[in-house]
Amino acid sequence: MSINDFWIILTASLVALCCAIPGCFLVLRRMAMFGDAISHAVLPGLVVAYLISGSRASSVLLLGAAITGLLVTFIIEFIQKKMRVQNDAAIGITYTFLFAVGVILISLFAGQTDLDQECVLYGEIAFVPFDTITLDSGLLLGPRQVWIAGGMLLILLVILRIGYRGLYLTTFDAGYASTLGVSVMLWHYVLMGMVSLATVVSFESVGAIMVIAFLVGPAATAALFAKRLPWMIAIAASIGVLSSIFGYFLAVVLNASVSGSIAVMIGVIFALALLLKRFFPS
Amino acid sequence: MNNLREFIFLTEPNIILVVMGTLILCGMAALVGCFTFLRKRALVGDAVSHSVLPGVCLAFILTGEKNPLYFLIGAIITGLASLVIMEWLGRNNKTRPDTAIALLLSVFFGLGIVLLTSIQHSGNAGQAGLDKFLFGKAASITKDDVLLFAISSIFIVGGIIVFLRGFTVLSFDENYAQSIGFPVKRLRFILAFITVWSVAIGIQAVGVVLMAALLITPALAARMWTDSIIKMLIIAVFIGLLSGYTGAFISYTAPAMPTGPWIVVMATFMAIISMVFAPKRGYLNRWRETRNNNRITLEENILKLFYGLGEKTGNPNGAIIKEDLNNARSFDPSQLSKGLKILQKKGYVNDVLQTWQLTPEGLIAAQRVVRLHRLWELYLQKYLHLNPDHVHDDAEAMEHVITPEIEAQLDALLGNPQTDPHNTKIPPAI
Repeated sequence: MSINDFWIILTASLVALCCAIPGCFLVLRRMAMFGDAISHAVLPGLVVAYLISGSRASSVLLLGAAITGLLVTFIIEFIQKKMRVQNDAAIGITYTFLFAVGVILISLFAGQTDLDQECVLYGEIAFVPFDTITLDSGLLLGPRQVWIAGGMLLILLVILRIGYRGLYLTTFDAGYASTLGVSVMLWHYVLMGMVSLATVVSFESVGAIMVIAFLVGPAATAALFAKRLPWMIAIAASIGVLSSIFGYFLAVVLNASVSGSIAVMIGVIFALALLLKRFFPS
Repeated sequence: MNNLREFIFLTEPNIILVVMGTLILCGMAALVGCFTFLRKRALVGDAVSHSVLPGVCLAFILTGEKNPLYFLIGAIITGLASLVIMEWLGRNNKTRPDTAIALLLSVFFGLGIVLLTSIQHSGNAGQAGLDKFLFGKAASITKDDVLLFAISSIFIVGGIIVFLRGFTVLSFDENYAQSIGFPVKRLRFILAFITVWSVAIGIQAVGVVLMAALLITPALAARMWTDSIIKMLIIAVFIGLLSGYTGAFISYTAPAMPTGPWIVVMATFMAIISMVFAPKRGYLNRWRETRNNNRITLEENILKLFYGLGEKTGNPNGAIIKEDLNNARSFDPSQLSKGLKILQKKGYVNDVLQTWQLTPEGLIAAQRVVRLHRLWELYLQKYLHLNPDHVHDDAEAMEHVITPEIEAQLDALLGNPQTDPHNTKIPPAI
């Protein structure tokens, strides 16, 4: 195993950890498809931010795309309430449209952004080790993606630590939460913001669609076993990391896309967990 | 410009192929999508669309050929497999339906990407062009493709015509369909099969990623215009065809552009127009209706206020001092003055010195509203056995919507009554 393998696995694991945190809440709130919607819909935001800032490392970029993610939630709600469209169709029409606009923008400005159509779909995690940060003093700090994903994980952990009570209460008993004066709306948008952040940071590495596997898969597997929320998050996080490791080696064996292989591995682990639960129900 | 002319008049045989192929695909998807939409399965359709990708790749790996028929078979197999697993997961309460959809969508798509990249990296010379299934490429449609699409469309349209009644009942009320003896399980399977089939061919034009939009968006737009299933199917197909035509045009003039996104953008554009401008369900119309209703309610409430004050003073026509009006009832002052202005314009009230006066026409209008209010109160008390102190609020809402016919019926039913439950006089009909 070379150092490059290590960097790729580390990046995938960090991405998986970033996704596991909001993913657990999405699964518990039955809002898995919002993850789908947001992960597709941040694309136009990303492209526009690329075009404006001209670099991939800027915090403007992350912020812009995260705002797009929140905007999607607003648009879906608007279509549902004001246009009186059923929930599933409102989600469907919103994100397919935004994603389509994103792909068109990429084709129009081909060459001006680092994105291309394939990268949008399955990321380019294999190139992570080649994009490194070097300080002015010549010190090599390792891949840029590792730092970005690591930083985002810290941010998400801080949000989780501060907002744990609000997220917890509004997830399990929204009615009780509002009698305590906890704003259900506020925490809804905080969660959507967390999903957007996790999605944006994952986008470059694993693409728009595999993010959904990272968000939902480990959390759904953990939900089969965990009885308490902290355990669920811990189990989901470990499954995410395990899938990243096994998925990477699967990709090497098959000479195929790393993110795709990790998604397959997430599915395999879920299937195994279902079997395990069937034979050992306790 | 030349391009456009060639395209519109279909002068080139190649263009005819591309246009025909795309139109069939988009029309089929829109047709089938109506049922997906009505069954509230839009996101299931999304998951199925992503799940056909591994099937296409497997077909290529196993046969080594780029034969559209093998692609179709492979796509249908994995699409159905994903659908079956999804239903099983949801039904047995292993996971919630939304989680199952998201999980299968991403895992099947991941599998597709693994196979696709594995094929690409293997250096197989014949693999070029498989990636058109990701975002669609109408321009690459061949004669064989069109033949396959045409045959598929006969089966899909035929299936929908034969099972139209069953599909309709299934879409609106599955339990009801079961109770009146429809073979629900079989119908569900046939519909699923037809849906997967149209998705499996549709990905040629739009690609797996955006295929869901081709199912949902035309149906959503069509639903805004009509309440009849037949009309909805026709409108949806029309919108599907229109978006498909645009997509084919783009694909022909700008080969570097993926077709799928343009078709989706066009369809969404039409859906937005439908949501805003459709005659009955459209946003503009509902906004106008709400505004009109609010205005009528305001006018009638003010007229009632005049009548009530008139009853107290014993002179319904008499002048009411403006300040009395302000204290009389919990009106929002700006609303009150707005309503009075409208009534003045209609000739129902007059501004005389420091007072407002009902005109004779205004008195008649006021009597009518009060009469309806009190008739309804009496009806509630007599036939719903509500207490007299519980009937007022309901009558407040009903007085604005009772038609002259219902008024006559109420009057006859209650025996031409003279007083309401609060023992106040019901004004006579005019």
